[in-house]
Formats: sequence, structure tokens, C-alpha cells
Amino acid sequence: MNWPILSVVTFLPLLGALLVALLVHGNERLARGTARWIALWATLVTFTISLVMVWRFDGSSAEFQFVEKYNWLGIASYHMGVDGISLPFVILTTALMPICILASWTAIQMRVKEYMIAFLVLETLMVGTFSALDLVLFYLFFEGGLIPMFLIIGVWGGPRRVYASFKFFLYTFFGSVLMLLAIMAMYWDAGTTDIAALLRHGFPIGLQKWAWFAFLASFAVKLPMWPVHTWLPDAHVEAPTAGSVILAAILLKMGGYGFLRFSLPMFPAASHEFAPLIFTLSVVAIIYTSLVALMQEDVKKLIAYSSVAHMGFVTMGIFAATAQGVAGGIFQMISHGIVSGALFLCVGVVYDRMHTREIAAYGGLVNRMPLYAFVFMVFTLANVGLPGTSGFIGEFLSLIGTFKINIPVATLATLGVILSAAYALWLYRKMIFGTLKPSLEGIRDIGWRETVIFAPLVVLTILFGVVPKPVLDISAASVAQLLENYNHAVAAVKAANEQNSSSSQAVRELAQADRGATR
Amino acid sequence: MNQLSALHDFMPLLPELVLACGAMLMLMFGAFAGERSAAMVNGWCVVVLLLAGVAVVWMPAGQHAMFEGSFLVDDYARFLKVLTLVGSSGALLMSLDYLTLERQQRFEYGALFLLATLGMLMLISASDLIALYLGLELMSLPLYVIAASNRENVRSTEAGLKYFVLGALSSGMLLYGASLIYGFTGTINFAGIAKVTQGGASIGLIFGLVFLFVGFCFKISAVPFHMWTPDVYEGAPTPVTAFFAAAPKVAGIAIFARATVVAFPGIIHEWQQIVVFVSIASMALGAFAAIGQRNIKRLMAYSSIGHMGYALVGLAAGTPEGVQGVLVYMSIYVAMTLGTFAVILSMRRDGRLVENISDLSGLARTHPTMAFFLAVLLFSLAGVPPLAGFFGKFYVFLAAIKAGLFTLAVIGVLSSVVGAYYYLAIVKVMYFDEPVRSFERMPMLLRLVLGVSGLANILFFAYPAPLLGAATVAAKSLF
Repeated sequence: MNWPILSVVTFLPLLGALLVALLVHGNERLARGTARWIALWATLVTFTISLVMVWRFDGSSAEFQFVEKYNWLGIASYHMGVDGISLPFVILTTALMPICILASWTAIQMRVKEYMIAFLVLETLMVGTFSALDLVLFYLFFEGGLIPMFLIIGVWGGPRRVYASFKFFLYTFFGSVLMLLAIMAMYWDAGTTDIAALLRHGFPIGLQKWAWFAFLASFAVKLPMWPVHTWLPDAHVEAPTAGSVILAAILLKMGGYGFLRFSLPMFPAASHEFAPLIFTLSVVAIIYTSLVALMQEDVKKLIAYSSVAHMGFVTMGIFAATAQGVAGGIFQMISHGIVSGALFLCVGVVYDRMHTREIAAYGGLVNRMPLYAFVFMVFTLANVGLPGTSGFIGEFLSLIGTFKINIPVATLATLGVILSAAYALWLYRKMIFGTLKPSLEGIRDIGWRETVIFAPLVVLTILFGVVPKPVLDISAASVAQLLENYNHAVAAVKAANEQNSSSSQAVRELAQADRGATR
Repeated sequence: MNQLSALHDFMPLLPELVLACGAMLMLMFGAFAGERSAAMVNGWCVVVLLLAGVAVVWMPAGQHAMFEGSFLVDDYARFLKVLTLVGSSGALLMSLDYLTLERQQRFEYGALFLLATLGMLMLISASDLIALYLGLELMSLPLYVIAASNRENVRSTEAGLKYFVLGALSSGMLLYGASLIYGFTGTINFAGIAKVTQGGASIGLIFGLVFLFVGFCFKISAVPFHMWTPDVYEGAPTPVTAFFAAAPKVAGIAIFARATVVAFPGIIHEWQQIVVFVSIASMALGAFAAIGQRNIKRLMAYSSIGHMGYALVGLAAGTPEGVQGVLVYMSIYVAMTLGTFAVILSMRRDGRLVENISDLSGLARTHPTMAFFLAVLLFSLAGVPPLAGFFGKFYVFLAAIKAGLFTLAVIGVLSSVVGAYYYLAIVKVMYFDEPVRSFERMPMLLRLVLGVSGLANILFFAYPAPLLGAATVAAKSLF
């Protein structure tokens, strides 16, 4: 059983896209149906195969598994593999894709064929990003994702879609080209772009700092961190529902994944030195964007800002570089992937019916949509971080991890949790409770298709809130090794610095003695 | 026996001979058979170009110096000759339908293509200053005429005249530079110059170098000698514009790189500064000036200025990696340019070519395949992975980073972000905007060119080894 399972998972959606492109012709209505069904089956099969990976994954090992390596560019190779840090993201991607296709089932009526192709291509690129073990290959997948997402926002988006899609593309492109230069500098220093080899390579301090900032430029935009987050609310508001889901649930996670895969292990000294900067930005993100979220009138915008705040916990946890912090960061990302994705789906449900996202247009939905009110409540509470939901575990772990390192930062971040409760519950009260707006008299509750979409998400949110072990276990070994290497490297740099300063001290003393003697 | 060996000695010259004889044959045939034969003659000219390409590939391997070292056939020359011939034959192929539709079939057209291409091949192989000048002039003179080939059109004649006057000026500068270099080194041979300049350069030689570079920069339309480009691109008949964008630039970059790397390795720090400046200026101007353009031919002019800037990034490094980057970049550039012009040539409504970007509105719905391929090419021009254009940029910047040219690299990638804006703007027009009336049916030949170049750009990442390998070998032969 030695088939290239990872490549199959990566490129199966692309095959689906090809099928859609080649097979779907002719009769408009028939073509739409065929495109949808092919896309759904492609994503479902991909998801099933990716589950085989979970089953065959050895969680006790920190090594890369399902490794494939072929000669490719000469300087770079086609090297794929996953470890405990990347596997959860791969599964998150493959699991959310069928849900996205289902969520677009009736919402998208225009150019369905192209829509499905864009999503399937995007899935290939996202899975590839998380499983690439070569920097150039990673960059290829990472940047390639811009093209389908640009089209998804621009073609199927809302009224300001052109502005939003350009902003999304140019912001992300700007950050990434700087990372590309850092990748090149790393190649000339280490002689390879192989990630597994680079993880063992010690970069000189000077290069570490520059490269760290170059990678930060890319990942901070992608994640996004304050103050380069401004593309996110625009992109979210204008994107079609499934586009928002993918954006919030997976594309943002590429930034966090990048920090874990590159910044922390490859530039440990720089990460350690600049951690306070990240803490500051994270705390600002948590508090500032939560306050901004309080003032929003558009549902999607509110959730978008809350995403930025939640990503603040992620960066804080990761750069705290403690076992709890990093594990919390990963868990928070997975949980946020489920919860924020689900929240955007919730918005999509009412948007499909009423075609407005203004909070003021809704009220008293519980009277007409009890099931919807329940689903929305689960995700709202998870977003707040209520114990018993997956949101709690991530925030709690990353806060504990940070308390060990920096108490003021952790304290301020905890305030953000309160703020998140404020805006999330406020939103819930406005939309679900209160008197029913007359315009909402005829609104239908969620149907079977929507139930199918939400059921697994609700189950996972609560399941991971009560039993977080599966996710934590998968990544435990890899995280432990990452931190061991990190602490080792940081200690080595400290020792070298001390030696330097003490030897220069000695030189100074010697010089003084010398001067004394001549005197 | 002796005659045989003499023939054998001329073997490396075979592609040039094919072109020269072919051009004369076609002219004779056209003159005797009259205007009616024009379409056929032009068709045969494509065949001659392809034959020359076969001759290049078929040539005996290794390095051959001819005419006392002034004409050099090595792997570098072979690579670039193939590339130039691809560019020329692609452009001529795209001309065929255009000329018939516009009723401009003239048999001189194809013959001039052949002569210009002959000049390019000689330029690529030139290994001393005289051969360089000869090749350059043989390339330029037919180009001036072709630019004005639509002689009833004021814009076309203006373009030809403008190109001629400025081209003559730059040729003069180049010749002056060449004479200065000869005066201060006492030799015209590149290898000889390299020996003399090993220890450093006198101020006179630097002056000569600068004038030489002015000539090169004019030919490849690098800033600050780019002024002619937008006007000539816009005024010349569209297939001629495609030809200008594809072939002469390859030859120009080829001789630029050969002359600097082979003849002046000793004074790299002196010429590196110039190349870095020209490169930065071209990239920046190409990125910013294109934003405001409405005419797609003008936009392509600025885009090509920018692309020459990126190619020069590799040259600025002055290393084998850099030259390899230049070669990869130019190959991909030719593929992208030909494909893009195939689309521009099929923007035809009511029997006329339209040239505004807004005419592409909603192309994704009226001509989905054409829109798809053009979008691929535009993303590739912007340098977005996984398309071929990304790899072009990747290799030149890789070389620049190794050479320590960090400022150049940072400015380069940032201007590529700015440049991405206007390529995206075209994608936006095609995909996001409402459709206008559809174009006429796309001719078969244009479909062929577009399909091949589009697929080459998409699939390059899957099997890049042949091009990269050939470029590495070619770059090594210069050092």
C-alpha cells in the first residue's frame, strides 16, 4: 500500500476541475447540475481519502510522514509530506470543501461551471500549501491560491467586489514577494530549499532577522494581523458565502501555519528577539478590532473583525513559544476554522433569504427559525469561547501559554475575551431575539440541505470543546520537537552572547590593566 | 575533398545561409509572380524560418568560431537563435490572416521578416564590434520598413519614421562608443577587449562603454531610451508590433549580455552600476506608466519596457546564474508575448481591429476559452505562480540575491506588485464587467498560437527541466 496518498489528496480536486471544464457543456440547467454534482463528489472523495491519512498517521512521531520526493526544478524538488502541525490543516481544508460546495448549491446560479472550477483549483492549492516540504513549492501553492480567490470575490461577489478583490490580491501579493526574496537568500545560505533540511540548518543571526521580517510581511498580511488587516473586512463582505468561509477558515490559517513552519523553527533567535513586537501587535489586534467589531452594522463585517481578534490569540500563543501556547495556537486555528466558517454560513442562510446583511434588518428570528436560532447560538457561544465549546480550549491554552512568558500581555488579551462576549452576544440578541420584524414574517427555517451542512460543524464544535484530545494528540509530538529545537537554539544564542560580552569585558579589563602598567 | 571540407566549414553558418538565400528567393519569386502570389510567398517565409530553426538544432555541437573569430556559434548562440526564430515565425504566422483581412498582402513583407531575422541571428553570434554593428543594422533597417508597411495609414508611416530617426541616432551613438572602445583598447574582438580591460578601465573606455550601452538600451527599449516604444507599438500594424515585442528584443538582450559578460568581465563594477540603474528605471516606469493606458498595444509597450527591466536584473548580476536567468526569462517572455498578441489580433469587430481595453468587456462570457487563456497569460506576465512568468522572475531575482544586489531585488519585486495592478485590471474587464458585442470568429492560426503559448505557460511548472537545462548549458558557454 505505497501509493502517493498525499499527492492524490492534493491533485484530486484539480482532476475534478478538469472534469468539470471538459464534461460540462450545453444545456444551461443541466450543465449547472452536472457541475455541482461533479464538484461535490470530487470534494467528498478527497475528504474520504484524507481521512485514510488520519487513520494511518503515526501521532507519536515528529517526523514528516507520507513523504514523496521527486526531482523538479534542479534547485527545488517536488517534496510533499505532513507532520502533526500540518495534518490538522489538511483535514480542515478537505472537510470544509464539500460543505462549501453544498452551501453554494442554490446561492450561485450564475456561471456555476466556472465557480466550481475555481473552488476545486483552490482546494488543490490550499492542500498543497499545507503539505509542501519545499520552500519554492510552498510558495507556488501559497501564491497560486490568489488567482482563484481573486476571481471568486470579483465575479460572484457583492456590489464593491472589484475594490475588494483588488485589495485582497495586491495586499497579499505585496507581502509575499518580500518572502520570496527571503526564500532566495535562504537558498544561497543553506544550498537547498528543502524544508526538512532547512529545519536543521542554523541561519546566521543577521540573515535570520531580515528573513524573519520578510516572512512576517507575508504572513501578517495573510493572517491578518493589525495593522495590515484592512483587506479582510472588505474581502469578507464582498465575497460570496462560500468564499468567506474558505477565506476565514483556511486562507487565514496559512499565515499561522507559516509562522509555525518557518518563522519559529527556522529563525528561532529572531523570533525570540522580536516576540515582544508580535505580542504588542496581537494585543492591539485583540482589543482594537474587538472594539471595532462592536460598532459594525454589517453582520459579515462584524464576524470579519472578530476573526482578526481571534487570530491575535493565535500569534500570541505561537510566539509565546511554550508547549501550551503553541498547542493553543494550533487548536485555536482549527476551532476558528470551524466556528468562523460556520458563522459565515449562518449569515449566508439569512442572506440567501433576505439579501441583506444589515444587522438592523433582522430581529426576532427565533420566532420563525428556531432551529437556526439554536445553530447560531452554538457558534456564537463558541466564538465567545464558552467552556464546553472548541473556542474555549484554544483561547484558554494560548492564554495560559502566554501567562508563563508575559503576564501583562496575557492580562490585556484576557480583556479581549470579555469584549468578544460583548459583541457576539449583542449581535445574537439583535438578530435572534426581540420582536419579529414585519419583513421577516415569511422567512423559512433551515431546510434539509442546510441541516446537513450545519450538523457536522455543530457536532465538532461541541465535541472538540469537551474532548480536545484528538487534535492535541496529533500535533503533540511535532510541537514538542519544534519547541525543543527552538529552546535549544535560543539558549545557544544566549550563551554565545554572554560569552561575547564576557570576553569583551575581559579585553577591556586587560586593556585597563595595560594602561595602568604603562602609567 | 577540399570543396567538401569547405562546405563543412560553413556548416555553422547554415541557418543564416538558409535565411539569406530564402529571402532572396522569395523576393525574386514575388517580383516575377506579382502581387497575387503575396499570400503564398509570406506563407513560404514561415517555412524558411522553420527550416532555419531546424538548421540551428541540427548544427554540429560545440563551439565554432568563424571569420577569424568575429562570428561565434556556441550553445548560447544556439539557444537564443532558436528563441528568436520562434518569435519571428510566430509573429509571421499571426500576420498571415491579418494581411489577407486587411488587404495588405505584399510579398516584401515576408522577405523583410526574413532579412530582419537574419540580422538578429548575426547579432546573436557577433563576437567583435564590427560584426555587432553589421548585425544590428541588418536587423534594424528591415524593421523600420516593416513598421511603416501599412503605407496608406498615417500612424503607421509616422511610427516607421519615428523609429527610423531615433534608431539611426542610437546606431550612431553605438558606433561612436565602439570606436572609442577600439581606440582605447586597440582591438575590436570581445576576447581581446577582455584581456586589455582586465586590470581596470580608463575613463575613455568607460565613455565608450556608456555609448555602446545607449545603443543596446535603445534596441531593447530600456529606460531612459524607451520613448519610441509606445508610439511605434501603437502605430505599427499589430502583427508587426508582435514581431517587435518578441524577436528583436531577444537579439538585443543577447548581444547586450554577450558584449558585457565576454568583453568587459574585468570592469564589472563599472557596468554593473549602469545596468542596475537601467533595470530599476525600466521596471518602475513599466509598472507605473502602464496604469493609465487605455489602448492595449500601448499597454503592451509599457509592459515590455518593464519586462526588459526584469531581464536586466539577471544581467546585472553578471554571473552564470544571472545569464541563465536572462535566458529563461526571455524564453518565457516570448511565449507570453506571442500569446497575448494572438488575442489582440483577434479583437476584430465589423471587419476592423479594435484596440481599447474596454473592448474586452465581458470576454469571459462571449469567448470563454479566449478569455481563459488571456487571463492565464496576464497572470503569467504579472509573475503569479504557478504560471511560467513566475519562474522567469524567480531565476533573475535568485541571481541578483546571490550577487548581493538587494536594493535592486527589493525594488524589482515591489514594482512587480505595482505591475500586477494593470494586468489584473484587464482580467477585471474580462471577467467582472458586463459583456459588449462579441468579436468575430478567431482565425485558426491565431487559435493555434494562443493555445500553444497558453498551455506552455500553464504547464511549464510540470516539466521545466528541458528549458532550464538548455539555459544552464547556454549560460555556461559564455563564461
